[in-house]
Amino acid sequence: MLKILKYSIFDLLRSRWSYVYFFFYLLLGFVLLFLNSDMNKAIITLMNIIIVLTPLIGTIFGIMYYYNSKEFTELLLAQPIKRSKIFMGQYIGISLSLTLSLVLGLGIPFVAYGLFKSAAIFDFTLLLVVGSFLNFIFVALAYNISLSTENKIKGFGYAILMWLFLAVIYDGLFLISLVMFNEYPLDKFSLAATMFNPIDLSRILILLKLDISALLGYTGAVFKAFFGTAYGMFSSMGILILWVLFPVLNIIRKSNKKDF
Amino acid sequence: MKNIMIIFLLFSLVGHSKTIEVCSSCKTKSIQVAVSKAVDGDTVLIKKGLYKEFDIFVDKSIHIIGENNPIIDGEKKGYVFKIQADNFTLSGLTIKNVEQSYTKDYAAVLVMRSKNFRIENNILEQVFFGFMIEKSKYGIISNNEVSSNAQKEASSGNGVHMWHCKNMRVEGNKVHNLRDGLYFEFVSHSFISNNTSYKNLRYGLHFMFSNNNEYHHNEFKNNGAGVAVMFSKFIKMHHNTFHFNWGTASYGLLLKEIYDGEIHHNYFEQNTIGINIDGCTRMNYENNHFVRNGWAIKFTGGCYLNSFMFNNFMNNSFDLSYNSKLNDNKFEANYWSDYTGYDLDKDGIGDVPYRPVKLFSYIVNQTPETLVLLRSLFVDIINFSEKVSPVFTPDDLVDSKPIMKEIHDKY
Repeated sequence: MLKILKYSIFDLLRSRWSYVYFFFYLLLGFVLLFLNSDMNKAIITLMNIIIVLTPLIGTIFGIMYYYNSKEFTELLLAQPIKRSKIFMGQYIGISLSLTLSLVLGLGIPFVAYGLFKSAAIFDFTLLLVVGSFLNFIFVALAYNISLSTENKIKGFGYAILMWLFLAVIYDGLFLISLVMFNEYPLDKFSLAATMFNPIDLSRILILLKLDISALLGYTGAVFKAFFGTAYGMFSSMGILILWVLFPVLNIIRKSNKKDF
Repeated sequence: MKNIMIIFLLFSLVGHSKTIEVCSSCKTKSIQVAVSKAVDGDTVLIKKGLYKEFDIFVDKSIHIIGENNPIIDGEKKGYVFKIQADNFTLSGLTIKNVEQSYTKDYAAVLVMRSKNFRIENNILEQVFFGFMIEKSKYGIISNNEVSSNAQKEASSGNGVHMWHCKNMRVEGNKVHNLRDGLYFEFVSHSFISNNTSYKNLRYGLHFMFSNNNEYHHNEFKNNGAGVAVMFSKFIKMHHNTFHFNWGTASYGLLLKEIYDGEIHHNYFEQNTIGINIDGCTRMNYENNHFVRNGWAIKFTGGCYLNSFMFNNFMNNSFDLSYNSKLNDNKFEANYWSDYTGYDLDKDGIGDVPYRPVKLFSYIVNQTPETLVLLRSLFVDIINFSEKVSPVFTPDDLVDSKPIMKEIHDKY
């Protein structure tokens, strides 16, 4: 598995896309801090970008990589290697290289601007952790889609749709249901609804750390009581881990069954 | 010449006021005794030491002055000073341990029906109420520090509490860890300046029915509910700083039923709500800075003819929240950090009007729970579509001349 992992990381490095991705974050970090050296504000702006962009990039990378290396994968399948190892190797390879680009790309400018001396270090770490989770989750979801669709175009379409659903449409439905069921107590519902969407969950996790909770009034108190405690933090991290684990298990299950 | 000398000497003997010293080794050991010995115009000089006295009643025009910070310990028994006199001075004292009560407003210094007095450079610690001033005129309260360890609203008092006063000056005081830092009720024609009020349980400053006052260069921070001002006319508030009043029920400044006021050059930073405006009419807000508040301005009731000009709105979660479809308030020539328009003729004024009320802020007003979707991509999209063609937000609530660059005017 390690060999395949290593191979897919080097493959991605050779294709230069992870460099582009790395330089994009590097530039973004420096520009943000150059325009405004207040780290807290830069973190809020970054959050907006990470929440939208990491899932999108993760999805596209995952799906592209699968379809592009399909022939090579088929070649590997002919060898006496376990299927789960091949796919896990590839999956972890992509996720790791994306995460590395994210962490280094943003880490370098922030460290250069004195992150270690600032109080924002915890918020920033949380941001990177959440970003990494989003990478792992969305690459896994993309792999699921590509494994179940032979047709490249279709697979691509589904993947984009999946991203669109989780990033935009889900929130729309959420909003509409909140407005429709205005007269019912909605705090538990909204807590549950955020759990079912990794993007929402990450967003709330960061927002509450940045202390926007005070704006939320009563609902905020419920959210703060849950996410603000160590228990809530661990359980939401746990849910993010589940969000990685289920798609990954499904990749293994599907790849074992699939007739190539 | 000789006669004149004699007359002069006589006058100076008659007019000469004496000084009564109080200390543990002096002839007079108690402040109360010294006060009862004194006549109008005398000075009671209290030397360094610890005095356990309470209910010291003063009804003469005397100067009570502490030397090297003598400590007067009220031992939690009633008031410490009760003063009903004109032309008195109280300065340089440290007063502590005032009784807590649920029925009486015990204070470190109670002043009743007095005129022309001066209370300065005192330190009040562990008080219930600090200075309680009733029905008085022409007083100066300056450079005092009042503190306590307020735990609950019901069992704590206010720092400077004024009731039915006129022409007062409250300057350079520090009030903290009380219920309300500064509290004024029926106070008029007074100046409140350069005070710092922080970490109070309820309000940093609280006034009601107090017309024609001026509040300037004060700082209010980390108060439980910020600053609340109600039912007053012709007030001026300028060069004040309201910051870090952060919590589910906090305001930088809560205005209720305020008419004809001027609010300018104030700095609002990181408050849950910068200014909460309820039923205020004919107010001018100019050159204020709203930085990183939850809501910069929140309208909650019938507000008419307010004008907002030359204010900076920077990085607030919501610039403006408005609860009706009608608008009778004017927003013009402000700087909005969220403004995305352009300025082709380079005159510093944006060519596209800015709409400070976003659709999301309208939705949040209707259904507060939806706030969990703050900063979601979907919310950005609906905000954008509303900006392009407004349906829900008031049509005429626009800043038609938004300034392109931050207004650098010293606050």
